[in-house]
Order: sequence, then structure tokens, then C-alpha cells
Amino acid sequence: MPKYLLLKRYTGGPEHHPNFVPMSEWTEDEITAHMAFQRHVGELLRKRGEFVDVQALSPEGTYVRYGGPGAAPVTTDGPFPETKELAAGWFMIDVESEARAYEVAAYLSSAPGKGGQPLYEWIEVRPVMSGAPAAVE
Amino acid sequence: MNEDVVRVLAPQVLGVLVRRGNDFAAAEDAVQDALLEAYRSWGDAPPGEPLGWLLTVAGRKLIDARRSEAARRRREDTLNHEPEPGPAEQADDTLLLLFLCCHPALSPASAIALTLRAVGGLTTREIADAFLVPESTMAQRISRAKRTVSGQPFVQPSDVAVVLRVLYLMFNEGYSGRVDLSAEAIRLTRQLARACDEPEVAGLLALMLLHHARRAARTDEHGSLIPLDKQDRTRWNEAEIAEGVGILQAALARDRRGEYQLQAAIAALHDGARTAEETDWTQILAWYDELLDLTDSPVAALSRAVAVGEVDGPFAGLSAVEKLAARLGDHHRLDAVRARLHERAGHLDVAAEHYHRAAARARNTAERDYLTKQAARLRHESRAGEGRRAGAAPAVRQAPHGHRQAATVLT
Repeated sequence: MPKYLLLKRYTGGPEHHPNFVPMSEWTEDEITAHMAFQRHVGELLRKRGEFVDVQALSPEGTYVRYGGPGAAPVTTDGPFPETKELAAGWFMIDVESEARAYEVAAYLSSAPGKGGQPLYEWIEVRPVMSGAPAAVE
Repeated sequence: MNEDVVRVLAPQVLGVLVRRGNDFAAAEDAVQDALLEAYRSWGDAPPGEPLGWLLTVAGRKLIDARRSEAARRRREDTLNHEPEPGPAEQADDTLLLLFLCCHPALSPASAIALTLRAVGGLTTREIADAFLVPESTMAQRISRAKRTVSGQPFVQPSDVAVVLRVLYLMFNEGYSGRVDLSAEAIRLTRQLARACDEPEVAGLLALMLLHHARRAARTDEHGSLIPLDKQDRTRWNEAEIAEGVGILQAALARDRRGEYQLQAAIAALHDGARTAEETDWTQILAWYDELLDLTDSPVAALSRAVAVGEVDGPFAGLSAVEKLAARLGDHHRLDAVRARLHERAGHLDVAAEHYHRAAARARNTAERDYLTKQAARLRHESRAGEGRRAGAAPAVRQAPHGHRQAATVLT
């Protein structure tokens, strides 16, 4: 079964949904409902035997690179590219087909946002490569 | 406690319980309970009749479970204890279990997981490792699959095609986790072949053996893929080839051909060539023609195009590939085959481009790395060629060799 990474970017994607409102402007209850939906998706995937991993990423991060021979690593904490470049978190799923991965992604994107309305968030779906080739050449 | 013994016995016990008419999910639970008790009480000294021991204990567990259920429903039920199964019955039980685990109501992935657990005797942990998913996810998948088949009325299906498909897919999973699924698939197909006298079962077993025989030669010490024509054929497993060929010949002699026998015949021809140059491509092409008459699979047609390229030259191969392009969409193998044929036609730049495109769409890292290296090799060779030409007379640069143009050059 193929694995897929469902990457949550909140504001990112091919276009902004016209009704998008940043979470900072939601009510507490709206945020609670949104988070409960994320857990609900995780539960559903576990029950169906499709769950591999879920992680949220801190929006704060640092760029690090090799500094050259004998030098300390080079770091910078900004400026980061626009928010749209940042991943907020992901689900990794192991499903029967690409169609099923899209179905899960669309469901994830229907998470309630401002006013309890679906967020219509763009979810980036990336196939995860397997390590081994098929045994039949 | 000898785990191998238990792995062989557990499916037999389950098979007996299911044959006696017990619910599959309940019987599987009872067998797992009996195994736990065996782990606790056997220590290093299993009983003299381990199968009988497990059957008795599992039967008792099943009765216990039923009694607690019966207490609720105010119903009494007992199991008849039949004598232990003989070898013929064991074979029948394996068959029955396989049909149940590969039930068409299950998705292939669920069928594979359930088969590995109930017939293969693997633990949930091992199956989860093989598919690189959390153990709890695999436990859920197996338990859903058990519920699905438990609700199905059991009828002995008339053909084994569904079971063969599941075993074929299991074999193709190969060795990505810590469990060798190819070896498991061969083991299960052997069991099936003992219980079921069908040429296609033998065909699938032969196909698996004939491919498995090349495994040691398929990767180098860095884990990189080595294509068939570059493999060190002295590393192929002669015993597996001999066994596969024997099984295949017996199956073909019965003159009821099917896709697995035909694919095995092609594999056997490759395995029979001592060097890549000695490969009998004309015969291989003939088998592919027969395979396509039977299946009309675009993937098989793509492999046939490779054979056409070997028999009639790369341009004929390319023209066969282009006829498939619409059906295969952006399948990465389409570009890989184009690349191979263009390289043989001397179009190094075009070949490199196709390898590059194939690499971008490959769905496993071993193939991606191989294709990426092929693209790099050809770019390098192409530049070296240009360097040599630069000093000589002005090189006649071929027009951008799209494959269609290339193909019309010869027609």
C-alpha cells in the first residue's frame, strides 16, 4: 500500500480561499472545534488501519548549514520566506490508492474554521517513496 | 519454544477450527490465546504432540468464549472434538483458510495482512514491520479484515484467481521492511500448490522462483539496482531456477495456459541465458504476444515493446511504445523504456531526458536512483561525444530527435 504525506500549510496553496481568516481572529470555541476535528481525523485513520504518523511543527525555526572545514555551523533565524512556504504539520497515511489519499485530504481540509465553516484549506498530498522495487523485474 | 514449529502449527489449528464450522474471527482469537498459553507453559520442552495440544487448548478457549456468550444469550453450545487431521485434511484446511483470507470483499492490502497473520503465522508486529506502519495500525487493519470475512457466507470459490493475485502482490512487496515477504509468498504458494492441482498455481510458483533466483544479483554492495543485462549471472540461484523450470514445464504440458505460466515462461528464458547476449528474444517476444492475447495489460505491452526493440531494432520498439502512450499516461516505466530504446538508437540526449523524466516519477528510491544515474551517465557520454566531434569536421547535428521523427526515418 502506498504512503502519502498530507501536508498542512493553512494559508498556502495555489490560491487563498476567499473566506480565510487567520486563527488569531477565531474565538476560543472555534479553535477548540478545529483541534478536536484534527484528533477526530487521527482517530478515524487509526480505526481504519491507515494511520502512520501525525506531527505539528512549531512556526519558529532556524536555517542551519555546514560552515566549511573547521568552522562552526552557520545559522540564521530569518528572514524566513513568506508564511505560505511554511508547513504547519502533517498526517502520514498508508492507504489503498491515490484516490483514497485525496479523499482523506479533502476531509482534512473540511476542518471547521471561523464561524464553524469549513476551512477549505489546501492540503498538499505527496507520495512517499518506498525503498525497494517490485520483486518481479 | 520453537517459533518455527508454532508458525507452522498455528494456521493448521485455525484451519481445523474453521473447517468445523466455527466463526473465523472467534477461531483466530482462540488460536492466539492458545499460542499465548503455549509460550507460557511449554518453555524449552514442547509436548510430544504439539498440534494436538494446541488444538485441544484452542478448542477449549473457543468453548470458553462461546459459553460466556451463551450465558448471555442463554444458549448452550459445545464443540465436537474430532480426531486430529491427516495430511490430506491439512491441505484442505490451508486451501480453505487461504480462500477466506483472500476473500474478494477485502482490499488486496487487507487480504495480504490477514493471510500473513492467519495462514503465514506471522505476528502483527512482524507484519507491521514489513509494511513500515505502527503495530496498532496493522492490528486495526487485521481486525477489520477479520470482521469483514466473518460476516461472509463461506462458499468454496470455483477458481483460485483471487488467491493467486493476493499472493502475487505479496511476492512483489519484496523486502522493504524486516520481513521477507517474497519468501513468505513463495512458502504460501507452495502450500497452495500442494493442496490445489491447478496449472496457474504452479505457474505462479514457478514465476516467483524464477524471479527470486536472481535476487542476489539484482543489487550491488551499495544497494543500487543492477538491470537484468548487467547482472552477474553466476550469482543467480541455480537450484531455484531448476525447480522453477521443472514446475513450469509440468504446468505447460497440461495445455491450460494462463498469465502466470506465460510470465514464468518469459522469466525462464531470461534465466536460461548464460549471458545477456544469448537471450532468446524471439521466443520471449512470442510469449509476450500470447500473454497480450490473454490479458491485454498495458504494462505487459510495454515489456513486449522492449522485446520488439531487441528483435526488430530500437525504432520498431519505439513505435510499439508510442502506441501505448495514451493508455499508460505518465507511468514512469513508459519513459524508462523510451530511454532504453533511444539509447540503443544512439540518441543519447533524448535518452538522458527520458531517464530524467522517468526518475522524477518513480515511486521507489531504488528505481529513482538507478534512473537518475542512467541520465547522468548518458549526459556525460553525450558531452564527451560532442567534445570529440568539436575537433573534427563540423558535426552534423541531428534534428531534435523526437521519437516519432526517429521512427519515420526508417519507414
